[in-house]
Amino acid sequence: MLAPTMTAPARGARTQGAICIRDVVKVYDPDRAAIMAVDHCTLDIAAGEICMIVGPSGCGKTTLLNAIAGFHSITSGEIHLDGELLCGPSKPLADPGPDRIVVFQNGALFPWKTNLENVAFGVVMQGKMRKKEAYEKARAMMADAGLSGTEHNYPGEVSSGLRRRVEIVRALMNDPKVLLFDEPYRALDSLTKSVMHEALLEIYYKNNVTIFFITHDLEEAIFLGHRLVIMTSRPCRPKLILDVDIPHPRDYSVLTTPRFRELMDQTIEAVHEEARKSFEAGEREG
Amino acid sequence: MSTARRFFFHRSTLRALISILVFVALWEVGARSKQWFGFAVPWVGNIPAPTAVLHVWIGLLGDPGYWQSWYLSLLRVLAGFLTAMVIGIPLGLLMAVSRNFNDTFFPTFEMLRPIPPLAWVPASIIFWPTQELSITFVTFLGAFFTVVINVLGGAKSIDVRYFQSAQAMGASKWDTFRRIVLPATVPSIVVGSAVGMGITWNVVVAAEMISGGGGQAGGSGGGLGYFIWNSYVGGAYEQIVVGMISIGIAGYICSELLRMLGGYLTPWLRTR
Ligand SMILES: Nc1ncnc2c1ncn2[C@@H]1O[C@H](COP(=O)(O)OP(=O)(O)OP(=O)(O)O)[C@@H](O)[C@H]1O
Ligand SMILES: [Mg+2]
Repeated sequence: MLAPTMTAPARGARTQGAICIRDVVKVYDPDRAAIMAVDHCTLDIAAGEICMIVGPSGCGKTTLLNAIAGFHSITSGEIHLDGELLCGPSKPLADPGPDRIVVFQNGALFPWKTNLENVAFGVVMQGKMRKKEAYEKARAMMADAGLSGTEHNYPGEVSSGLRRRVEIVRALMNDPKVLLFDEPYRALDSLTKSVMHEALLEIYYKNNVTIFFITHDLEEAIFLGHRLVIMTSRPCRPKLILDVDIPHPRDYSVLTTPRFRELMDQTIEAVHEEARKSFEAGEREG
Repeated sequence: MSTARRFFFHRSTLRALISILVFVALWEVGARSKQWFGFAVPWVGNIPAPTAVLHVWIGLLGDPGYWQSWYLSLLRVLAGFLTAMVIGIPLGLLMAVSRNFNDTFFPTFEMLRPIPPLAWVPASIIFWPTQELSITFVTFLGAFFTVVINVLGGAKSIDVRYFQSAQAMGASKWDTFRRIVLPATVPSIVVGSAVGMGITWNVVVAAEMISGGGGQAGGSGGGLGYFIWNSYVGGAYEQIVVGMISIGIAGYICSELLRMLGGYLTPWLRTR
C-alpha cells in the first residue's frame, strides 16, 4: 500500500495544530446530578502528532473531544490551539470551526448529499471557493484517496469502509489543523479496519495534520499513534502516556515485531487496571 | 422476456390476481345464491353481484353526473390537502426550529388535534359562507394535523452530529436550515403527506355524506360521498358499490402519485 519513496515527516514537522489542554474540568449538570466527567486534565499534543486516547467506557473521552471541537462547554481550565485560546474561564464554549473537524463513530456524512457534494460542502459554506472550483478540488482529493467512481453515489450506497474514507476526505477538504476522531472504525470488521488504518496513515503522511484519536482498540492505538494516552476511569485525566517508538512510516508488518508486543502488554496492563476500577465503581453505583 | 410479461407472470402478481379473482367469484356466487340455488346465503345474499355492479358502472361511464362526482371530490381533496401542506410544512418546521414559537403554538395545536375532523362539520357549516368552503375546510383539517406532527417530529429528530458537522464546516444558521433541516425533513414530509392523503379521502367522503345530503342552502354538495348516499336513499344498491370502488381507485391513484413524487424528492433513499 505504501509507496516505497514515502517518508514519514518527523513528529511536529508541521507548525500548526498544537493543542494545549490545561487543568480542564467538566462537570455535567452541576446543580443536580453533578457528574464529573473530566478532572484537571492536562495534556499537550504537538503539531502533527498522532495522539491516541484510550480509556474505560464512559470515562470522559468524548467529553474532552467535544470541548476541543466546541460542541460542549468546559467547567474550568483552558484549551489552546497554537497558542490561541479555544476555551477558558472567560469563554467556556469554543467556537466550532473548520480548523478542527470531527470524524464521528457512525459517520456524519449528509445522507441526502452525494459523496462529492459532501466533500465540497465545507469550502462552499465557508465561501472559500465557488461551487465549480470546489467540486473540481473535491474530485481530485477523492481520486487521491482511491474514491474515484463513488462521487455521484449517495453515502448510503457505498460500503461502510468507503464511507469512512469519504468522511476523512471531507474533513481534509477544510484544510484543518486538527482531526478529531471518535472511534471512527468501531463498527468495522477487522479486515476493513486494517485497510482503513493503512489508508489513514497514507493520508496522514501526505497531510501531516494533528490527529486526536479516541479508540477502544489497543492494537489500533499502538499501530497508528506516536503517543498513547491512557485515561483513568471517570473522571478522566491521563494516567499513563506511552511513547510508541516504532518509526513511521509503518505498515502492517510492525504488528508482529517484538517491540509491538511489548508495548501491547504494557498497555493492556494499564488499561485493565483502570477498566477494573471503572467496573467496580459501576457495581457500587448500580 | 418483456417487462410487461415479467410483471404479469411474476409470482407475487399472480398471487394477487388469483386472490382478487377468487374473492370476486365467491362474491358473485354468494350474491346470486338466491337466483341460482333458491336460497340466499346470509348477509352476502343481499349484496349486489359484481357482474351487476359492473353493468351499472359501464352505464355510468357515459353519465356526466358520475364524473362530476369524481371531479368535485378530487377538487376538495386537492384543495384541502394542498392547503394543509402549504400551511402545515412551514408551521411544523417553525415549531421545530424555534423554541418560542413552539411554546406559544404547540399547546393550542395539541388541544385541537384530538378533535376528529368530522366533529368540525357542523361548526364549519355555520362558520364558512359556502358549503364548498366548509367541506374543503374539514378536508384540510384531516391532513393538516398529520402533516404538522410528522414534519415537527422529523425535524426534531435530526441527528445532532449533522448540525455539529455543518457548524464546524462553517455553515451559517440559514445554511443549516436550508441544507440540513430541510432535506433531513423531506422523508417525514413524504410520510406525513401519504398518511394525510389517506385521511383526506376518509374525511371528504364523510363530509359530503353529512353536508351534501341534507338539502342545506345551495342544495346538494355532490361528490363521491354524496353519490353513495344518494344511491342509498334512492335504493340503487349497485351504484353504492360503484361509488365505493371509485373512491378506492381515486385514493389509490392519489397515493401512487404521491409515492412517485416522494421517491423523486428523496433520491438518496431510493436504492436502499
Ligand atoms: N450531556 C451529558 N449530560 C450528563 N452526563 C453526560 C453527558 N454526556 C456524557 N455524560 C456522562 O459523562 C461521562 C463521560 O461520558 P463520555 O461520553 O465523555 O465518555 P466516553 O469516555 O466517551 O465513553 P465511551 O468510551 O463509552 O464512548 C459518562 O458517565 C456519561 O454518562
Ligand atoms: Mg465516547
